[in-house]
Amino acid sequence: MSTSTSTPSWRPSELELSRRNVRRRATGRSVLIGIVSTIAFAAIVGALIVNTPGWASVKASFFNFEVGAASVPSILVGLWLNIQVLFISAIGVAIFGTLLAVTRSLRGPVFFPLRAAATIYTDLFRGMPLLIVLYLVGFGLPALDIFPRMPAMFWGTIALILTYSAYVAEVLRAGMEAVHPSQRMAARSLGLSHAKTLRIVVIPQGVRKVVPALMNDFVSMQKDVGLISILGAVDAVRAAQIQVAQSYNFTPYVIAALLFVAMSWPMIRLTDWLTARLAKREQIGGVV
Amino acid sequence: MSVLDVRGVRKQFDDHEVLRGVDLSVNQHEVVVLIGASGSGKSTLLRTINLIERVDDGQILLNGDDITDPGMNADSARSRIGVVFQHFNLFPHLRVIDNITLAAREVHGMSKADATERAMTLLVSLGLGDKARDYPDRLSGGQQQRVAIIRAVLTDPELLLLDEITSALDPQLVGEVLDLVRRLKTDGSTILMATHEMSFAREVADRIVFMQGGRIVEQGTPAQIFDSPQEPETVQFLSRVRH
Repeated sequence: MSTSTSTPSWRPSELELSRRNVRRRATGRSVLIGIVSTIAFAAIVGALIVNTPGWASVKASFFNFEVGAASVPSILVGLWLNIQVLFISAIGVAIFGTLLAVTRSLRGPVFFPLRAAATIYTDLFRGMPLLIVLYLVGFGLPALDIFPRMPAMFWGTIALILTYSAYVAEVLRAGMEAVHPSQRMAARSLGLSHAKTLRIVVIPQGVRKVVPALMNDFVSMQKDVGLISILGAVDAVRAAQIQVAQSYNFTPYVIAALLFVAMSWPMIRLTDWLTARLAKREQIGGVV
Repeated sequence: MSVLDVRGVRKQFDDHEVLRGVDLSVNQHEVVVLIGASGSGKSTLLRTINLIERVDDGQILLNGDDITDPGMNADSARSRIGVVFQHFNLFPHLRVIDNITLAAREVHGMSKADATERAMTLLVSLGLGDKARDYPDRLSGGQQQRVAIIRAVLTDPELLLLDEITSALDPQLVGEVLDLVRRLKTDGSTILMATHEMSFAREVADRIVFMQGGRIVEQGTPAQIFDSPQEPETVQFLSRVRH
């Protein structure tokens, strides 16, 4: 489809060749300006930071190579816990979020109580800070003494699922509502039940429309798994905290931060790539 | 017994009466064509028969079963009727073959192999065999509409409803869709269709039904309606569309 990358079957005219020349020179100039300005900006910011009065002590307490290197193994062990929690939470959110979205889209007076309950739920959990949900779930639920003793990571996972399902449900619902009603009508006309219409026709199309938003929520959850440390789970953040306490040096926090960024980076790039691909498929914008 | 029996059907949207007591029956193997200006109630009538809209009064019987009875399972009633829409309404996320076999597999309990075999036979006979694995957006409008028709007839519905199925097509694509409708008539389908294609209506219809203002004004054979219409409204409508 794209005209600029495929090899044409004709020889470009002089006019087209001269136009390409102009564009190439302009692009080259822009790239050069971009590189130079980026280096200059980085140099200025770097120089400003290095010349602050406290830089020497900040450098010693946040960027100490030996302390950092020594902390990596235990932080990695902690990060593995974060990854496990993230994996289970993502599956839980996918299931519970979809259930919530479907419940909120039910029609008819019979379903009013269910619909209302789902609406109140999403309102509540989107409004409540995750930190407070973690405290309530992590310290409140076990205190009821009706659950067997569970590790902190279990309650942390539950809290993450409860909060993120509310966000994901809203995103999914928006996607489902963006599917044209004529699709629903065509499916029902074939004799498909409401449930099958949702499962086979509406949800698959709705999810496709909100993939970038869903992946954005996933990236956000990737860093929020670090909050389970407040319940005492020894995850990457907690492991870094322990190292900090032992060395009186903050470098382990920086290491943990870098590891979290490294963990989310592939997903962030994938989201960008997918979004760009979707935009390209639409092909409506042309060169604008 | 007629396949379809519409008795005194009324439909109102807010304070606008769209159907003002429609009586119509369609016999087996009969092709009945609804004509009339936009807003005359043709599409709404088709939508009430397919239970997309609920009637406000009257009854609709499908082979003797009252499908407007609240105790009737609407899904199973719809599964006995095939519908083709003006804008095709194929499922864009499913391949052509999956679009066609969806209802057979999910509603009629046909095995995937059987449904696929049936669908392929029809696709190949229409020269669309190589499109089976494509997504609908790769097809031309005429091809999409023919796929939509195959989707509607794959499970041998008792009645086929066609709602202005050529209105969204480029003129040069109308022919291939109409050819398929001719073929369905030859194969003995029972069809109720709304159309603006007067010459096609004349050719394919066993009976023409002229609607205006939510009522059936006049009905009869194509010769009766087109050559010697009795009602002044019919005369006026035909003089406009022939113009």
